Amino acid sequence: MSLLSQRHMLGLADYSAEDIQTILDTALQMRDILDRPVKKVPTLRGVTVVNLFLENSTRTRTSFELAEKRLSADTLNFSASGSALSKGETMLDTALNIEAMKVDVVVMRHKSPGSPHFLARHLESIIINAGDGRHEHPTQGLLDMLTLRDKFGTLKGLRVALVGDILHSRVAMSNIIGLKKMGAEVIICGPATLIPRGLANMGVEITHSLDDVIQKADALNILRIQLERQSSGLFPSLREYHKYFGVNRVRLEKAATPLTILHPGPINRGVEITSDVADSEHSVILQQVTNGVAVRMAVLYLLAGGRAETSDSKAA
Amino acid sequence: MTGNYSRFDVPARAANLLLKGARVIDPAIKLDQIVNLHVKDGVLHVISGESVPSGADVIDLRGHWITPGWFDLHVHLREPGKEVAETIATGCMAAMNGGFTGIACMPNTQPPLDDAASVNWVRDQARGFPVEVNVIAAVTRGREGKELVDMSEIVEAGVRAFSDDGGPVKSSAVLRHAVEYSNMLGARIFEHAEDKYLADGGCMNESEWSTRLGVAGIPTIAEAIDVARCVLISEYTGGAIHICHVSARESVEQIRSAKERGLKVTAEVCPHHLLLTDEMCKTFDTNYKMNPPLRGEEDRKACWEAFLDGTLDVYCTDHAPHSWEDKTQEFDVAPFGIVGLETALGLALTHFLNKGMTLETLLDRVVYAPRRILAQDIPSIAEGKPANLTIVDPEHVWKVDPETFKSLSHNTPFGGWEMKGRARGVINRGYALIQTF
Repeated sequence: MSLLSQRHMLGLADYSAEDIQTILDTALQMRDILDRPVKKVPTLRGVTVVNLFLENSTRTRTSFELAEKRLSADTLNFSASGSALSKGETMLDTALNIEAMKVDVVVMRHKSPGSPHFLARHLESIIINAGDGRHEHPTQGLLDMLTLRDKFGTLKGLRVALVGDILHSRVAMSNIIGLKKMGAEVIICGPATLIPRGLANMGVEITHSLDDVIQKADALNILRIQLERQSSGLFPSLREYHKYFGVNRVRLEKAATPLTILHPGPINRGVEITSDVADSEHSVILQQVTNGVAVRMAVLYLLAGGRAETSDSKAA
Repeated sequence: MTGNYSRFDVPARAANLLLKGARVIDPAIKLDQIVNLHVKDGVLHVISGESVPSGADVIDLRGHWITPGWFDLHVHLREPGKEVAETIATGCMAAMNGGFTGIACMPNTQPPLDDAASVNWVRDQARGFPVEVNVIAAVTRGREGKELVDMSEIVEAGVRAFSDDGGPVKSSAVLRHAVEYSNMLGARIFEHAEDKYLADGGCMNESEWSTRLGVAGIPTIAEAIDVARCVLISEYTGGAIHICHVSARESVEQIRSAKERGLKVTAEVCPHHLLLTDEMCKTFDTNYKMNPPLRGEEDRKACWEAFLDGTLDVYCTDHAPHSWEDKTQEFDVAPFGIVGLETALGLALTHFLNKGMTLETLLDRVVYAPRRILAQDIPSIAEGKPANLTIVDPEHVWKVDPETFKSLSHNTPFGGWEMKGRARGVINRGYALIQTF
């Protein structure tokens, strides 16, 4: 039994504003737990969570694992390297084998878009998407929204700009979907080659001028630029990228009021963001990391909390 | 009706059959009337009145239509190489079940059909079925896009079409020479139009939907740029060229303009591109993954208009069987393609006929045009001709259940669709199969 209208968290596209509100409010309570001397509650005792990470990610996996441990769930990490997948087993067989060990929740990271949806069709477990290719990264979208709400009090009417490689960014998609649902305005800024087709139909403003964005926006969410995009011909050089789309202090000083700076990490200092911006008083990059654990605790609790209660009552 | 003709997996000899009471339609000879047909040793006789030839099995076909045999110009049989997905025999059974008396099969098997021996071998496997299997041979040896196959010898073996389908002939020089050489022999190139650089890594139409779903896109211009290249090569060489499975508005415009200029460019369209759009990929169901991909509504409409006005000459399925194991994978990992032989006729009768398209036009797209393009004899429902017939129950209402397909593969997006109109049987090459349902 879920405390949300959805059984899984496959993407924010399936979530209502009301559900998102519930998650963000719950995350605040979870964050209080993180500030206690004993940072652990028995909420998910007896619930088994598998972190099925078929694509490398230390950061998100660590954040989920910590969230699971804080809620007293039993956790298991499963990664692609050294697993049966590398021996030619299909993803479905791998997942069915894991589920046969009687797990309750699968947290999944995979390069294929829609792979959590695929698992949700074939498995009984609750599926949480921890990033599927360039599709969605819903908990990142939620933690970004929580961080913005902390800072501004509300998301309604807030002007948030996403800067950089939108085409390959699951963070961008979950942010766009979530922020629009919560009543924020979304501005997209990046080179034309890194902005996917049809994005304007999603109700966002698109620009290629970072200086314009800095005049208009309340907050910048700066996306990581990956070096291999340059070698595939999507932009000329990192030097040129930094010159026209890199966020630095000189640029930011033109803003009437200081902009709040977010970055999903890991950051490339000196490429999409300079150190004096990343480490400035207006940067909330480390708050994002803390909020990441709180949001993931909230999602796990809201989706799987019912299972814990059931097993407790059975035990009683 | 006697039972012999309805045993599904074994078509019976069409030795002595009286097809009684059906509406017989053959627009090419302006025939549309209720008349009894006698098939004797595979040959047609038109019977006046109600006489019953001695010893004939009488089949009551009141309320049915008999048309010249339907032909599917674009089919993938997976034999040799992928017999778990389809064999030549199961492909023929799927064709019979779908009402087709002829199919053209693509050469992208493993190994590819790129010489006369392999072409003859495939045809031999189809003996005993009321389905003629026309092999389309590879354009280049091994489908590697480099050296032309031994075209003259293959044409002597009866082939009239060459294609590296599954992919394009990448080199414009190779394509140009293939068109010139094949046209010298009265054959033509079937091009799977796709610019591989623009399509690179894509799994669905590039659109708002690919953006929302985070799936790498294949732009419409990946197809249309190759179509433009084909049109220019046709114009420059004077050669005929056929464009496979058209899906994009821009391609339609190129083909329409080529035809207006009198070029020998022909083209085909598949039911899924006439009925479905890219939005349907939103559940990541791999039965909506095919190449070319489902496009936007504007493209779908352009294909429909072009299908009506004849810019797209042929209705074919691009029947592409894949095993459950292969299709039950991540969206970007699963192979492209869907089966089509057993749903195409029902879809056409349910969604096209009398919804802007006349029966005469539909029959042109599935009976006459494909055979014209392949330079094959056009079947005719006339005294003394070989019996090559599709029998249709236009009123039969049914629901698509992929589990009942005769194809070894069930990868269709049309499962559960309600249909009105179904193939009741086929007669060709001296064999008959008539179903009860």
